[in-house]
Amino acid sequence: MVHTSLDVVDEKISAMGKALVDQRELYLGLLYPTEDHKVYGYVTNSKVKFVMVVDSSNTALRDNEIRSMFRKLHSSYTDVMCNPFYNPGDRIQSRAFDSMVTSMMVQVC
Amino acid sequence: MEGLTLSDAEQKYYSDLFSYCDIESTKKVAANGRVLELFRAAQLPNDVVLQIMELCGATRLGYFGRSQFYIALKLVAVAQSGFPLRVESINTVKDLPLPRFVASKNEQESRHAASYSSDSENQGSYSGVIPPPPGRGQVKKGSVSHDTVQPRTSTDQQEPASPVVSPQQSPPTSPHTWRKHSRHPSGGNSERPLAGPGPFWSPFGEAQSGSAAADAVWSGHSPPPPPPQETWVSFADTPPTSTLLTMHPASVQDQTTVRTVASATTANEIRRQSSSYDDPWKITDEQRQYYVNQFKTIQPDLNGFIPGSAAKEFFTKSKLPILELSHIWELSDFDKDGALTLDEFCAAFHLVVARKNGYDLPEKLPESLMPKLIDLEDSADVGDQPGEVGYSGSPAEAPPSKSPSMPSLNQTWPELNQSSEQWETFSERSSSSQTLTQFDSNIAPADPDTAIVHPVPIRMTPSKIHMQEMELKRTGSDHTNPTSPLLVKPSDLSEESKINSSVKFASGNTVDGYSSSDSFTSDPEQIGNNVTHQRSHSGTSPDNTAPPPPPPRPQPSHSRSSSLDMNRTFAVTTGQQQAGVVAHPPAVPPRPQPSQAPGPVVHRPVDADGLITHTSTSPQQIPEQPNFADFSQFEVFAASNVNEEQDDEAEKHPEVLPVEKASDSASSLRVAKTDSKIEEKTAASVPANVSKGTTPLAPPPKPVRRRLKSEDELKPEVDEHTQKTGVLAAVLASQPSIPRSVGKDKKAIQASIRRNKETNTVLARLNSELQQQLKDVLEERISLEVQLEQLRPFSHL
Repeated sequence: MVHTSLDVVDEKISAMGKALVDQRELYLGLLYPTEDHKVYGYVTNSKVKFVMVVDSSNTALRDNEIRSMFRKLHSSYTDVMCNPFYNPGDRIQSRAFDSMVTSMMVQVC
Repeated sequence: MEGLTLSDAEQKYYSDLFSYCDIESTKKVAANGRVLELFRAAQLPNDVVLQIMELCGATRLGYFGRSQFYIALKLVAVAQSGFPLRVESINTVKDLPLPRFVASKNEQESRHAASYSSDSENQGSYSGVIPPPPGRGQVKKGSVSHDTVQPRTSTDQQEPASPVVSPQQSPPTSPHTWRKHSRHPSGGNSERPLAGPGPFWSPFGEAQSGSAAADAVWSGHSPPPPPPQETWVSFADTPPTSTLLTMHPASVQDQTTVRTVASATTANEIRRQSSSYDDPWKITDEQRQYYVNQFKTIQPDLNGFIPGSAAKEFFTKSKLPILELSHIWELSDFDKDGALTLDEFCAAFHLVVARKNGYDLPEKLPESLMPKLIDLEDSADVGDQPGEVGYSGSPAEAPPSKSPSMPSLNQTWPELNQSSEQWETFSERSSSSQTLTQFDSNIAPADPDTAIVHPVPIRMTPSKIHMQEMELKRTGSDHTNPTSPLLVKPSDLSEESKINSSVKFASGNTVDGYSSSDSFTSDPEQIGNNVTHQRSHSGTSPDNTAPPPPPPRPQPSHSRSSSLDMNRTFAVTTGQQQAGVVAHPPAVPPRPQPSQAPGPVVHRPVDADGLITHTSTSPQQIPEQPNFADFSQFEVFAASNVNEEQDDEAEKHPEVLPVEKASDSASSLRVAKTDSKIEEKTAASVPANVSKGTTPLAPPPKPVRRRLKSEDELKPEVDEHTQKTGVLAAVLASQPSIPRSVGKDKKAIQASIRRNKETNTVLARLNSELQQQLKDVLEERISLEVQLEQLRPFSHL
């Protein structure tokens, strides 16, 4: 399902063309509302894609909340990238990053 | 195992040890790794250790529960005392000295340090530091007596003088962790027939946490302590007063564990120890100098930065795992800029040395290592202090204290982000106002009569600008005329509308409709631009109307002013309405209004539930207001409406504010939203819009009034979105009609236009605020629509 989402993300990216300059447009919105999961996409200026899969039973998630979560995710990700010891593509092992993600997930649930 | 009786000192000591091993803060199970480490530190033969484990039942259970752990400790003490290991010996052996644990990991750490130092250029400095400690450390290993304690303290006193010198009294065998235990009994230990650890502990406890930490380190050194470690360790050993580096994760742990220990006696000691939390991580002067020298080798300029790559190479030489280096970087690079300042570098270096000496990395940067960043100090301090406590191995207390600070830090960022979003929205608003000014400037030349040039900044939104331009073309002279009256009224309205989010939108919209002609408000214009855009579509002839504007202007201005006021009060600046208004300026103003009025009316119901009510009221409004020439009437009406709206706006305003949070993203969406909204509105009320555009302009006042009323009606609505959309629709609907009606009393109105323009500027500001709210609402709406659209195909599937 995540791969399907990635396909949708690529599709949206290609559709946006050169418009991918705004932070706001990085938020791709609800990608694919499947039966029990909603997938949200977010792509950065460096074509790094964030995909968030949410359980559809969690209907309290507003669009703004998703956006804020992506923003926090983006911010934490940039912090991780700043680390020269981190090789892009590796599995992120930053504790701060993990704690941020965990707190975000807990907050949602 | 059963019926294990422990003396007070033993109880405390064991609980400390248990806490030390309880890295998961379960308070029930001691981590096997830690326990094994502990037992190894007891310097007992392996078979003895195994026997102990078996006896205590751990092997049976598979884990070290508290009772098992205590039993094991007791057995260790028994074994260390030379007694045979028996189950009975647990309780039979009286006056059993506390088990002694020697931190054997120091050896490994020293090896690390040695290798690291060998790699680094400053190995020399390392060695210089190292030699003294080893010598010292070995001295006291075996001395378990008060005497040793005394000299220890004395040496501790000396320690401060020479950071490098390791405390000669390195606690022979008492592991630092265990030391905490000694702290508790403090005075009591010395008296007890405890083994060396006791006496050592007490002094440490009294000496203070810093030294205690050092002790722990020392104990680790009992075997030929690796030089590098000891150098740093020695720091810790020195009395707390000394600012020697006390990188003692163990000591810190001890301290933390001590804190977790609820023993009352230890409470004071714990506090003392906790107070010295900074000390363990403090950088001594020598260390600092060393770090600075290292920094210079990489970056001659002490005020400069060390790029990440250079730092990476440098710290890679320490042979630490990449993961740990990564964590160290995370901790030390405080401003997250990918480069290390001198402070950051020192902190990182310090952490590396600590890690090589075996100290676990903290979860948060200790305060003493915190780079002196002014802006981050507050948050840093908050997070630091708890963080210092929160060592990786620290017991439960530490983490909890740390967590509050960290979440607070984390929360600040989201808040900042949100605030930044809000700021963005503000910026957008202002920009929108800018766009409006552009319009005004554009209009001014086109309409010499109006001569109203509002310096309102115009937002350079392409779509909006385009729309504005279109509106300008359409309204042209019309805009100028109505400006003045509009200025007057819209200002009032805009102010009121600001309070009410929905009204804001309406005013914004209304303003937009007029702003195209006059620079009423930036935001309203924007909305109006959208509206005008829409209207342009519907009107089709807006541009054409530009030339003829002058004549109709007076009327439009007249009527428009009134209508504008109404529009503003309504704050329903629907793009469509504006567009409709713009489209009709060339035509007789009054004509399109009636048509527009019905259009918007129809539109509104489609847009929002509240709109329906609006429509109902709007018709009423239309007949009430005379067309065109009744500025006073309009003003009165507007005022009344505004007053009414204000109340409602006030209610809605708060609602809108939260929506603005998403404005940053909404800003982009706003344009899209307005467009989409326009589209939606068009789609929803295609017939209405079309009617607006095509049907002859209804009397300007009608739509205005309608809008006002609709705004009033909108206010009570709970649904902001619907309200906003409705308001927008209403405004759009009313706006198109307004300009048309105006244009007759150009000259008479122009005078008032000028006055109104002044007020319009004020209203423009208000409108900008409203528009922001509108943006938020639009954004939400757009997002919902997008979701709906996404769902639609799926529904088909």
